[in-house]
Amino acid sequence: MEIITSLLAGILFATGIYNLLQKQLLRIVIGTALISHGAHLFILTMGKLKRGKPPIIVEGVENYVDPLPQALILTSIVISFGVTSFLLVLAYRAAQTNETDNMDELRGNENE
Amino acid sequence: MSNLAVLPILLPLLAGIIVAFFNTKLTTVRLFSRIVALINLVVVLYIGWDVYQNGSIVLELGGWKAPYGIVFVADMLAILLVITTNIIAVACVFFASKSLSDKKESFYFYTFFFLLITGVSGAFLTGDLFNLFVFFEVLLMASYGLIVLGGEKVQLRESLKYVLLNLFSSMLFVTVISFLYSVVGTVNMAQVAERVQEAEQKGILTTIGILLFFVFATKAAVFPLYYWLPKSYIVPNPVVSALFGALLTKVGIYSILRTFTIIFHHEVDITHQFFLWLAALTMLFGVIGALSTHNIKLIVAYNIIPAVGFMLMGIALFTETSIAGTVYYLIHDMIVKGALFLLVGAIATLAGTSDLRKMNGLIHQYPVIGWLFFIASITLAGIPPFSGFIGKILLMQGGLEKDQYVVVIIGLLTSLLILFSMIRIFIQGFWGEKDETFTPDKKVARGFTWPIAFLVFFSIYLGVGAETVYPIIEEIAQSLLDPSQYIESVLKE
Repeated sequence: MEIITSLLAGILFATGIYNLLQKQLLRIVIGTALISHGAHLFILTMGKLKRGKPPIIVEGVENYVDPLPQALILTSIVISFGVTSFLLVLAYRAAQTNETDNMDELRGNENE
Repeated sequence: MSNLAVLPILLPLLAGIIVAFFNTKLTTVRLFSRIVALINLVVVLYIGWDVYQNGSIVLELGGWKAPYGIVFVADMLAILLVITTNIIAVACVFFASKSLSDKKESFYFYTFFFLLITGVSGAFLTGDLFNLFVFFEVLLMASYGLIVLGGEKVQLRESLKYVLLNLFSSMLFVTVISFLYSVVGTVNMAQVAERVQEAEQKGILTTIGILLFFVFATKAAVFPLYYWLPKSYIVPNPVVSALFGALLTKVGIYSILRTFTIIFHHEVDITHQFFLWLAALTMLFGVIGALSTHNIKLIVAYNIIPAVGFMLMGIALFTETSIAGTVYYLIHDMIVKGALFLLVGAIATLAGTSDLRKMNGLIHQYPVIGWLFFIASITLAGIPPFSGFIGKILLMQGGLEKDQYVVVIIGLLTSLLILFSMIRIFIQGFWGEKDETFTPDKKVARGFTWPIAFLVFFSIYLGVGAETVYPIIEEIAQSLLDPSQYIESVLKE
């Protein structure tokens, strides 16, 4: 199970980076979203997946999932959600003001 | 009284929230922000005094014992940096109303400002790697807000790159933390340090260390990851540039300092040797950038990079003298970069241009700003008796102790070139014939002067009053080289 999710995280990273290297702004934003999903999946995998029981300690229960990675993912998801929405708005405004969404044309020159 | 450790985070956070509700009532907001910034400075000075007297404060949030719960650790290094942060915050909050237009100010400038301070203080105080990531995000979100404030064409363009790069490195950060968690089974820095020590930092742990270094190096603008910095630091308003230049890269350096002295210090031959060469290249490339341009804002922005190189050099050399040099340089650089960014902002506003070739004879109109700029420049370059000199001499001494002559020579050469790049502004901008057609705006200039003079005063004090500061710094360096102190204070074994 860990192997499959690791592979999936890898695929998400790869497609994310491929999209990040494109010239079109929207694709770049999608790329960052994919990378952050890859990272979240990765955290989950690192905390060991198959232990079968929820992350609750009650007396007598010996088999439980490590709660820490789940708490980490939750925090990280909230952050990446916020940043992605900000990035979408920023990309929209930047494309509108600069009248292009091509990264090549968004380079600019010195002393302006 | 361990609750004290949370105050430097709580006060600006609450102030930021309160200010958000009154964003259009500018006079009230300004007054309130100034008072809160001053109160915060007094509070952190008190905490600093307390830490100096009674040793580090460890706050276990929610009463959960150290390795299980979240901890804030206010040791001497952390609290000293928080104090410096708040000194810069005070200068910037007084400068803000002079340099920002009312419209920009009412678009939640003070909210973002306080949230930035919250994030920076939090990153210094936290004793937990994941919380370091969270506070990085808090300060980055605030900085995203500040960098686009105004929404000009250039700002939107450059902030896009800034946001994308930081987002990528944050995601790498999360990935590395989960790597580390799977290997050592904890994210508490003290416990990580303990476990790494038990395993003697074999194989995978060094890899994780280097990955973590790349994350922090991106934030700190170490060669070759500095290309994003200069342009995105000059597009926002001067006061925002000053906050960025003084605080953001330094958080990266602080994280490198913390992790590579307390946690990953067992494979010095691999990691620290690698840092040494990166430090040398960072110094050289940064200063070449500073010499390449005529834009005064860009010159100062490029000068951040060699400073990062100097601090990294101290970490790489890994002796007590060089670590003390890094800490000293860190504090010196925060203050002097804040002052310089405010100064070039003021100069660009007063002269009406940031192109060096179009300026002439400003000293006749604005003598005070001219001399403040001169002092700040030679402080940056490291002329005795100012603060840059003491940081640099400690670093060079550390280099000679370890027989790293090449790096020492590169460091000295870089200092010379920094001096040249800064004095160039002074010679071309301030010297020369008095321009009779130019009408100076004395009232605006006076408003600019006070916050800058405040920062320059601290910068001079760090140099002239080195005898009062140095014992504290030496103590910090000793505690950084002996991680068991930190581990014991957090885990209380």
